[in-house]
Amino acid sequence: MATTVEPSAPAPTAVRARAAISQRTLRNDRWWLNPAITAGVLLSFVVYATWAAFQNADYFARPLISPFYSPCIASVCESARQGAQHGVHVPTVGIIGTWWSISPALWILIIPLTFRFSCYYYRKAYYRSIWMAPPACAVGEPHSKYTGETRLPLIMHNLHRYAFYAGLLLNMILTYDAVVAFRDTHDRWGHMSVGTLVLVVNAVLLWLYSLSCHSCRHIVGGRLKHFSKHPVRYKAWGIVSKLNQKHMQFAWVSLIFVGLADAYVRLVASGTIHNPYIF
Amino acid sequence: MTYDLKLRIWRGDSSGGELVDFSVPVDDGEVVLDAVHRVQAVAAGDLAVRWNCKAGKCGSCSAEVNGRPRLMCMSRLSDFPQGEPIVITPMRTFPVIRDLVTDVSFNFQKAQLVPAFTPSAEQPQAPFRMQQVDVERSQEFRKCIECFLCQNVCHVIRDHEENKEAFSGPRFFIRYSELDMHPNDGLDRKALVQDERGLGLCNITKCCTEVCPEHIKITDNAIIPMKERVVDVKYDPVRFFRRRAARR
Repeated sequence: MATTVEPSAPAPTAVRARAAISQRTLRNDRWWLNPAITAGVLLSFVVYATWAAFQNADYFARPLISPFYSPCIASVCESARQGAQHGVHVPTVGIIGTWWSISPALWILIIPLTFRFSCYYYRKAYYRSIWMAPPACAVGEPHSKYTGETRLPLIMHNLHRYAFYAGLLLNMILTYDAVVAFRDTHDRWGHMSVGTLVLVVNAVLLWLYSLSCHSCRHIVGGRLKHFSKHPVRYKAWGIVSKLNQKHMQFAWVSLIFVGLADAYVRLVASGTIHNPYIF
Repeated sequence: MTYDLKLRIWRGDSSGGELVDFSVPVDDGEVVLDAVHRVQAVAAGDLAVRWNCKAGKCGSCSAEVNGRPRLMCMSRLSDFPQGEPIVITPMRTFPVIRDLVTDVSFNFQKAQLVPAFTPSAEQPQAPFRMQQVDVERSQEFRKCIECFLCQNVCHVIRDHEENKEAFSGPRFFIRYSELDMHPNDGLDRKALVQDERGLGLCNITKCCTEVCPEHIKITDNAIIPMKERVVDVKYDPVRFFRRRAARR
């Protein structure tokens, strides 16, 4: 006699746990060195930029203007200068009226700070070194909860491309500043000083940093599905992609140099050093 | 030259385990997987390890060597200082089955969630005619050997088990990118990858790129372009108003 065998239910999949390893990391290299250096440089820049932005003095030494204060969009540029350059006329675009009595740099710095804060490279840099999410690859992070860039305020990083557009405008103005620096202290054209070189190098580095940006790469051609239908944009995408491979280097060099450019103009404007003319 | 190599290998299963010391003879030019096989041969015949090609192409022998996610078959012993023990543990992000073998089925579940290639209305049926310049960008992603080291190192799930439900991980973000860049794919997956597959959880720390044995630029060439494509449809206010104006 045949017997009926009830089909047995499939065996439940065993609920497995991760390997019990108590150490936060088993890495034995100096994984902490890179984030430590990154944090040190970033925080040093923040401290210097904050100090320089609140000085509200010594940012113009004809024909040089500090990149932290250009374009000078506050009327206060003309009236509230102090220090060795007191009384010197500063080129001003008086968008912000006289009601603004604090440093005009606070308006200008919004653009580069937003651009750099939302930059895909800097996100890696400060998420690792300052927020420690994670401090290094395969090193446990200290936070018990993580929501990434899914909610405010970090979801605002998705607007990076607008900071990029604003940054391009600022680059144009800083390029203009570098061009007008080919004058002497009496506004006669055809002269070049060390300060001129500083502003030119600063403008070039800022352009390289901006044009190597991931958003730029996307806007130029990355968003396309058919490169073959857009040969010019494909060519441009190829160029930006090459620059993009050096985005990290451009980010650091341009950050450090913009601080050095401000420091140079500040030292000249305060009379601490002389701005030697090459011709 | 033959010398004695000290190894500390994690042994155990889901219920617990510990690092066990071994010392085995190895030769110059060998890799970590050779040393593990030597342990199997001379000291612990029941040591569990998953491997296959020994050429860095099958993605089976993923583990953590001195705390760094790597393929054991591509980790040369000469890269480690002699005299110091090499510590080998299973991948942390996935449940352990035994010793160095982990249960990576999480990845296969996430793979099933990816909507397959869907031909566009322009060329609904094969054979599809495509230009090389249109496909070469996503060919980089086809190099993936599915070793899941990128999934293992990603802190979103490595340090937060609770995110596994909502997060597909870098291996599958390159798949979504590949499909979105495909010249003849007609399905829009941008909102899906952002809202339901956890692209927004990625904070671009590039560890996936660092550990990829195929040197795929996962972050720069797949995740960030995908994030930018998501911005196009979800977060770009100019495009939003332009679309609304076009509808009127």
